[in-house]
Amino acid sequence: VRSVVTLAVAMIVFGTLACGAGPSAEMNAGGRPAATRSAIRVTGSDTMVNLVQSWAERYRSVRPDVAVQIAGGGTGVGITALVEGLADIAAASREMTDDERERVAHGRSGPLEFTVALDALAVYVDRTNPLDAIALEDLAEIYGDGGRIERWSQLAIANGGCPSDRIIRVGRQNSSGTYAYFREAVLGHRREYKLGSIDQSGSKDVVALVSNTPCAIGYSGMAYATPDVKVLRIARIKGTSGVAPTAASAADGCYPIARRLYLYTRGRPTDDVQQFIEWIRGPAGQAIVGEIGFVPVASSETESP
Amino acid sequence: MNAASGRRAHILRRVAALRELAVESSIRVCGWSAIVFVFAILAFVFYQAVPALDVGRVREFFTSAAWRPDSVIRPQFGGLALLAGTAAVTVLAMALSVPAGFAAALFISEFCDRRTREVLKVVIELLAAIPSVVWGFVGYVVLNPLMMWATDAPIGINVLNGALILALMSVPIVVSVGEDALKAVPDSYREAALALGASRAQLAVRVVVPAARNGLLAAALLGVGRAIGETIAVLMVTGHAVQIPHSLFDPVRTLTATIAAELGETAQGSTHYHALFAIGSLLVLISVAINVAADLAVRGIREGDRT
Repeated sequence: VRSVVTLAVAMIVFGTLACGAGPSAEMNAGGRPAATRSAIRVTGSDTMVNLVQSWAERYRSVRPDVAVQIAGGGTGVGITALVEGLADIAAASREMTDDERERVAHGRSGPLEFTVALDALAVYVDRTNPLDAIALEDLAEIYGDGGRIERWSQLAIANGGCPSDRIIRVGRQNSSGTYAYFREAVLGHRREYKLGSIDQSGSKDVVALVSNTPCAIGYSGMAYATPDVKVLRIARIKGTSGVAPTAASAADGCYPIARRLYLYTRGRPTDDVQQFIEWIRGPAGQAIVGEIGFVPVASSETESP
Repeated sequence: MNAASGRRAHILRRVAALRELAVESSIRVCGWSAIVFVFAILAFVFYQAVPALDVGRVREFFTSAAWRPDSVIRPQFGGLALLAGTAAVTVLAMALSVPAGFAAALFISEFCDRRTREVLKVVIELLAAIPSVVWGFVGYVVLNPLMMWATDAPIGINVLNGALILALMSVPIVVSVGEDALKAVPDSYREAALALGASRAQLAVRVVVPAARNGLLAAALLGVGRAIGETIAVLMVTGHAVQIPHSLFDPVRTLTATIAAELGETAQGSTHYHALFAIGSLLVLISVAINVAADLAVRGIREGDRT
């Protein structure tokens, strides 16, 4: 009983906090004296946490009076927080669904979308794995519902570090934008994931688990690559050599699983939020995108809203 | 003069009576609030579960293993894999911790000297004080690579890892409750057995254990309750994979871990949100059943003493 009770108490406490935070935050945005520090709350995509963190740190020297508070949890968490008024900006590693747009718009103006970076989704294996490239259709047979590939030998390789020969699929929790995007890009609109994958709650966790597990394959943002894992080349057509995820191949569309990263606000943002987003899309913010390992967006593309 | 002091004494008595009343009623409120909170929380959890419960969905939960609550294609709420995950990890953990816990309790209560007993009890209480996230960490960082190295298991976060960690976590409960049960056996039993020429081993196995069997059963059930309710450690060490396990080395996902991992992201009021509360209600019912069973078992012991 105890854990359930604790959970329920936690939920009641959170609920109270949520109720308390909503109105006061709005008041803050409206009638704030110029001297006090204002806060911008960014919640969402785990892929983007490091990126938003760096933006926030650098932005402190631009606008010392603005504090940026960051929380991860996944794109779904961020959008839920935006709906409930717990965040000013939702960071999203996929586009909002129509359903989510409706929820955000409920009773107020709908979401505004800002493209802030490009990301290539890398497919990782242990560095002892002899595999160098994989075709999209093989990936779909590994991850997709009803897919036939269960063993490394089916990819015509001998994975010596993995005596059981079984492919351990590592993926993300279903709240993750990475999870949703990978399904769309690799499995298509109508196919589910195969059940039984190891679902991690963070982008980093996927790479960490793959780096310790010779039998594993996993997908995560390319910015999370470490020397302990191997990044596979991805081939659109089976038998071709494939393309490695790089800034160039992501930007020109050669790499098949590259996506945009977004920030969303609920209706027209406040001046502080607006300035923060403009700074992010400007040269200073986009330079940080490159430093973290993502791909900056061309200035023409950032005009999307 | 006399009248004035009489009035003062009267006022003082009134004040004392009022203070008495205030203290008494505040204690009463504190006492009742514990009960009110428990029932309010239960009512909240059950109330939130109701919208998810229709005949079709409940049937799906108990007949399908496909848990895809957020699918944009077709949401599925099959709970068999989660139930199997919880059952596999819990049963295996109990198979490990109950015999070990009983043996430890028997040793502490019947065989060791007083100094050893004191040391062992402190150490076991220390074991119970380790936070569950630390156990999870140990399972992830130590047991996971160890298991891959020692066996051909493709991955070390699986049923066996979860069961080992849960067994370590529930052993302290089994030992301390079990030891209390053994200690509750009247010394007259022991004296009678020794007077009849029983050895210490015979005394322990033939006399003390049968006399304490209800208490030992309660100890095992409380261990089960601990194991089923544990969340964060199993979330970290079972692999969090939705599938019905076919071997000890398959990763699984438990009911508790599912709630912990998914509740934060669901839209309030969605079917997924209410389905997680329904899982919570199921866990409450399982825990209540276990606690009632343990209570009945302990009551059995007392009645046994009277006869």
